[in-house]
Amino acid sequence: MKITLRIWRQPAADQPGRYERHGLADVSPDVSLLEALDQLNEQLISAGERPVSFEHDCREGICGSCGFLVNGQAHGPRIATSVCQLYLREFEDGAELTLEPWRAKAFPAIQDLMVDRSALDRLIAAGGYCSTGTGQAPDGNALPVGRDQATSAFSTATCIGCGACVASCRNASASLFVAAKLAHLGQLPQGQPERASRAKAMQDQMVTEGFGSCSSHLECEAACPQEISADWISWMHRERRG
Amino acid sequence: MSGLPDPRIPAGPIADAWQRTKEGLPLISPLRKGQIDVLVVGTGLAGASAAATLAQQGYRVTVLSFHDSPRRAHSVAAQGGINAARSVAVDGDSVSRLFTDTLKGGDFRARESGCQRLAEISSGIIDQCVAQGVPFAREYGGSLATRSFGGALVSRTFYARGQTGQQLLYGAYQALMRQVELGRVRLLTRRDVLELITVDGVARGVVARHLLSGALEIHTARTVLLCTGGYSNVYFLSTNALKSNASAIWRAHRKGALFANPCFTQIHPTCIPSGDAFQSKLTLMSESLRNDGRIWLPLETGDQRSAEDIPEQERDYFLERLYPSYGNMAPRDVASRRARELCNAGRGVGPGGLSVFLDLTDAIKTEGREAIAARYGNLMKMYERISGDDPYRKPMRIYPAPHYTMGGLWVDYQLMSSIPGLFVLGEANYSEHGANRLGASALMQGLADGYFIAPSTVTAWLAGNAAPDVTPDHSACREALESTLRRIETMLGSGGTTPVDSFHRELGAVMIDSCGISRDAEGLRDGLSQVEALEKRFHGEVRVPGEAAGPNAELEKALRVSDFFGLAQLMLRDALAREESCGAHFREEHQSPEGEARRDDVNFAHIAAWEHQDGAEPIRHSETLQFTALQPSTRSYR
Ligand SMILES: Cc1cc2nc3c(=O)[nH]c(=O)nc-3n(C[C@H](O)[C@H](O)[C@H](O)COP(=O)(O)OP(=O)(O)OC[C@H]3O[C@@H](n4cnc5c(N)ncnc54)[C@H](O)[C@@H]3O)c2cc1C
Ligand code: SF4
Ligand code: FES
Repeated sequence: MKITLRIWRQPAADQPGRYERHGLADVSPDVSLLEALDQLNEQLISAGERPVSFEHDCREGICGSCGFLVNGQAHGPRIATSVCQLYLREFEDGAELTLEPWRAKAFPAIQDLMVDRSALDRLIAAGGYCSTGTGQAPDGNALPVGRDQATSAFSTATCIGCGACVASCRNASASLFVAAKLAHLGQLPQGQPERASRAKAMQDQMVTEGFGSCSSHLECEAACPQEISADWISWMHRERRG
Repeated sequence: MSGLPDPRIPAGPIADAWQRTKEGLPLISPLRKGQIDVLVVGTGLAGASAAATLAQQGYRVTVLSFHDSPRRAHSVAAQGGINAARSVAVDGDSVSRLFTDTLKGGDFRARESGCQRLAEISSGIIDQCVAQGVPFAREYGGSLATRSFGGALVSRTFYARGQTGQQLLYGAYQALMRQVELGRVRLLTRRDVLELITVDGVARGVVARHLLSGALEIHTARTVLLCTGGYSNVYFLSTNALKSNASAIWRAHRKGALFANPCFTQIHPTCIPSGDAFQSKLTLMSESLRNDGRIWLPLETGDQRSAEDIPEQERDYFLERLYPSYGNMAPRDVASRRARELCNAGRGVGPGGLSVFLDLTDAIKTEGREAIAARYGNLMKMYERISGDDPYRKPMRIYPAPHYTMGGLWVDYQLMSSIPGLFVLGEANYSEHGANRLGASALMQGLADGYFIAPSTVTAWLAGNAAPDVTPDHSACREALESTLRRIETMLGSGGTTPVDSFHRELGAVMIDSCGISRDAEGLRDGLSQVEALEKRFHGEVRVPGEAAGPNAELEKALRVSDFFGLAQLMLRDALAREESCGAHFREEHQSPEGEARRDDVNFAHIAAWEHQDGAEPIRHSETLQFTALQPSTRSYR
């Protein structure tokens, strides 16, 4: 098939960016969008031009490295799918795809489709853990956790830290990311001792990092490749009050 | 460096040998620890757990990773689970059973003392992870749930749906970030470690390239821990992440660290096969699918019909036919080999005849779609996204893919390499998995190394080896920096026109063919000369665009691939020298009339440890393996 990629090119954060159009005249519908970018990059290199920078690593939807907007949608049109798992067969022959980076104050630009998401690590550092040291753990069965409770905690613990929730939010809020971590630990007995202080510390850090606040547009839930429910954001707000 | 150092295996009975060793190791006062710098490279399960624990003990820890966040290390991708021997299970699992399974599973090519230690530590790992908030699957009553895995007859695998590695990694990552917040860990992300610094033969630091600025940096410390994962990407297409690499261990090898059993690589039977020439990786489909899926091929060569149209009597359920007792649950190496043989004989299906069917139809019929979806829903979705086919309606197509590397830097019982002060943890070292790793044992080993073993043994080394601090202006640091700079300049200056990936793809094709699922002397020799030729061509014809300053993904790749050439040659040499079939290493010349592996305990019951020689062929040393608790027996799955 044939596709056209309209890609945001920006050499560095302090330099202006612009869109660049590149056509792939004969590409298999069975390659992923990132593999199509690989192909484009081989062409650019052979032509002596600078290849397109984008983040990726596992290419199976689990490491959270990849992420950019495809036609304005974080990770593209397919639900519950990170962009590395998006295959060209999802698009029509001859389609034009606009690729642009996450845009958020807390995610400074790096180059082309790459941004700096280290703010998410600092949110975790602010309190997204159980304060336990190595070698002091009690028997794991001494803390019973019901099956449903474990399943629910797991469903929030699956956040891959990709930042799509932030990128799709008009306030660039990290509420879904923070709520997911608070809900993961807050639903387990191990997380109880620090539950209140963790909720405060992580939400304060969110403000410090320049993330916006939530005004319930729920775009985050729609974009999240792990299908984490935005209900956890209301849950988080109740935590803050309680 | 010459010869093989003392592996420091504890004397006496192996049960409790670790306990005795640990009690005898020297300690350092917490006050003094605050003045000692420790460098940890990598933040996978091994690196993150080691760094968090060493920081908690009071050391000043610096952590380097090429990822933008520690949470991205490829441990995140592990699906199935983590083994642990916990006597609470109803089927009577015990430390000694896990020990036996590990040693046997590795086909008696690992140290028994190491396997024993791993089994002893395993249970504590689960407790540690639970305390961190890892949401393991639970029974209704609230206790930890387990499932069974290939190669074991007891249910000892703990799991978090199909994302066990992710959850364990996040536990370790969060522990690490807590230490960062406490100011005890300096976390340096987007740093590519390209060289090891040794002073008077002792590891004292690394040279790293800052992946955004392009600047080369020197980081020094009293000890260096390499926790940089496996090297399956030598094969280009593998289940590893695209940036997984061997650079740190390969550079250390060139500086004198012995490389053990490089040819022991595991090919996983159930991966989504390659479709297009531009396919960049192979995705694993968890082994657990083989519990319910039946593997088959059409009986007729070149049968082009779609699976539904092939009647039952014209199908060959080849694993069930050849291995009546284990059937579809035959071990990884056996299942992979049989699939390859049949595909090579023209019986394969799909593009290029390079896949076999994994069919859940019978299971869906008897148990219903719901039950299968509950068990494998996420895998079914993943398969559908990648292949475009609905696995509930059509059998999946799978093919073996490089997955795990048992080989790695040689380490002694205390996880120290042959370079004093250089420790190697996790998949990067050669340790307890011998010639073949059991499913769910890598996560266990990485965390055992990081949480429990290295914190004691690194301390012991530091206690006994006080040395003045090395500063970046030391001549050894400057030399390492300059040689790295020259490598980068040469790479950028090469006047060719071919992109790096194209060479990597070619290297992968040679390696999978000559040193993959099965090997023979002629193919290995041929592979060796092809890789040598390819390496020469690479240096003349590659084009690495851009500059040394600023982000340059092509330069990163070029440096990695240039290291893979050296490692690939060592793998081929090692496979050639090991004149036996054992575990995942199958030499065509060494098989029984039924086509089963023939191990040679008289000549090869040892670990091969290769020493690098500048400008000459490497030297093969061997560490003889002693078996006192369990005598070598033949693996049989018929
Ligand atoms: C798809 C898949 C599924 C698996 N499933 C299971 C399973 O179910 N059970 C099981 O037990 N095992 C499983 N394994 C194996 C297991 O996941 C790995 O062996 C293990 O996680 C490796 O951990 P590690 O800490 O050694 O390395 P990794 O997690 O690979 O971490 C390597 C780290 O080193 C860093 N690094 C590497 N090179 C450099 C460099 N040059 N400079 C700076 N930093 C560097 C990286 O940034 C990263 O942080 C699976 C493996 C794969 C690929
Ligand atoms: S909550 Fe979802 S969208 Fe946000 S970082 Fe986590 S996985 Fe990505
Ligand atoms: S590359 Fe890892 S999630 Fe997409």
